[in-house]
Amino acid sequence: MKKEFKVISKFIEEKSRVLDVGCGDGILMEYLLKNKVVDVRGLEISKEKVKKCLSKGLAVIEGDAENDLKQFPDLSFDFVILSQTLQAFMSPENVIENLLRVGKKVIVTIPNFGHWKVRLDLLLKGEMPVTKNLPYQWYNTPNLHMCTIQDFYNFCNNKRVNIYKSISLNGEKISNITTSNLKYKNLISELGIFLLEK
Amino acid sequence: MKNIIIEKTIKLDCGKEISNFPLAYETYGNLNEKKDNAILIFHALTGDQYASGINPITKKDGWWNYAVGPGKSFDTDKFFVICANVIGGCMGSYGPGTIDPLTNKPIGTNFPVITINDMVNAQYNLLDYLKIEKLFAVAGGSMGGMQVLQFVSNFPNKAKVALPIACTASHSAQNIAFNELGRQAIMSDSNWKEGLYYEKSINPDKGLAVARMAAHITYLSKQGLQEKFGRNLQERSDLKFGFDADFQIESYLRYQGSVFVDRFDANSYLYITRAMDYFDLTKQYGGNLSKAFKDTKTKFFIISFTSDWLYPTSENKDIVIALNAIGADVGFVEIKTDKGHDSFLLEVPDFLNTIKNYLNTTYSKINEKRI
Repeated sequence: MKKEFKVISKFIEEKSRVLDVGCGDGILMEYLLKNKVVDVRGLEISKEKVKKCLSKGLAVIEGDAENDLKQFPDLSFDFVILSQTLQAFMSPENVIENLLRVGKKVIVTIPNFGHWKVRLDLLLKGEMPVTKNLPYQWYNTPNLHMCTIQDFYNFCNNKRVNIYKSISLNGEKISNITTSNLKYKNLISELGIFLLEK
Repeated sequence: MKNIIIEKTIKLDCGKEISNFPLAYETYGNLNEKKDNAILIFHALTGDQYASGINPITKKDGWWNYAVGPGKSFDTDKFFVICANVIGGCMGSYGPGTIDPLTNKPIGTNFPVITINDMVNAQYNLLDYLKIEKLFAVAGGSMGGMQVLQFVSNFPNKAKVALPIACTASHSAQNIAFNELGRQAIMSDSNWKEGLYYEKSINPDKGLAVARMAAHITYLSKQGLQEKFGRNLQERSDLKFGFDADFQIESYLRYQGSVFVDRFDANSYLYITRAMDYFDLTKQYGGNLSKAFKDTKTKFFIISFTSDWLYPTSENKDIVIALNAIGADVGFVEIKTDKGHDSFLLEVPDFLNTIKNYLNTTYSKINEKRI
């Protein structure tokens, strides 16, 4: 399983109720069900992936986070997960607000646009960066709102969202992000994983 | 034909009471020793208990033959599938065609107006008769889906899994309108005679056929019709400048109407469409559909179809939303197809495979947990 999912699952306390927003094929959901979580739900926009999840008996509904999070009552989940999809929304701001409304704690992961390879691509080649985590060209990318780990920190500060924990993922390497190493981690991390609370 | 006689008194929504009445059913596969593999299937408006194999009355495939059978979505090698006819129907259950022992004549329109609630309350007795404590699943499409919703609401946690397909929790104005069109076609046939047509065996076939033709259009999608028939002509090279069936679609609808009258009773059509129109589970729970499923432990799987404009995705999603509002276990997918509302009865592999996998994995997961 992806390193990212391992980090996410460590955040999650046993026997909690979890909503995986953009659950994909349900790999993380299955892992959580097998290991510690009793109750996990998924929301997924792709019909193909929803069918795969349902074929595995997972409680997944077809829908998108911008319209379909509304139906979940306030604080109805212990954890809400959003893995690498924040940048694809029309309004990431609204989605984060809704995630924090629905979940007591929220786990968000973002592909870091501040990574040095990304910066170098733009600086040296003068082209929009194409990397392992961001494999699209500018004209076909679903990613409308790319941000850096620093940007996300600033966003949470402005919105008075409490960042409980933040983890940097660089290849297989996992490390903590702190306010003192933030500039550096923003340069070397491929992925940022955040545990948030309102 | 299998049937049970329900001796106990059932109070209908209209206020009348019925007792000692027949309910026809059919079963497929075998109930296992643990009695944990039973699935109750509800049929739609013109369906019957013969879901799988060859229907012994019509000699045609059962109405859900694509989905029910060995190795199919509802795998009868694995599950014990029960399909009950509805009261008000004409396939052996208590309905307007039943002979009233007091008068020795068919009941006709003296039959009470029934509801979806009355139907499932009658069908529930079948479980007592078959000694099934808990169902693995309840499933049905269209009116069958409405029965699924009513059943899980009336008998919470009697079924571990519920599959309402292409249905609604509250029959829409448009659907009431189409049903009214069908009923008016029947009632304006001079052979209908206020529903007392049985004696001379001259049935309101024309009215019933028109009702079926109109309804049949609502079961298909515009795109599906266009692709299948387009403006193709029926066994002729040019227009005939008359009112015969010039177009294939006309001929097709006429055929659908004519075969329908051979197997369906006009009064049953009136009663069952009325039951659908009266169905409003939301209103039954004071405008809050979530209350219908309060404290449910049932696992729901709701399915809609992209081209179904009769029971559109939005209405199916309302059920999903009501269930999510109370934290119920619910899955939902909208299957992409151009086959319209009828998709649930047809060979739509995405639909059939997803149900099959969902049921099989859920059944084994439930068993694992128990061990």
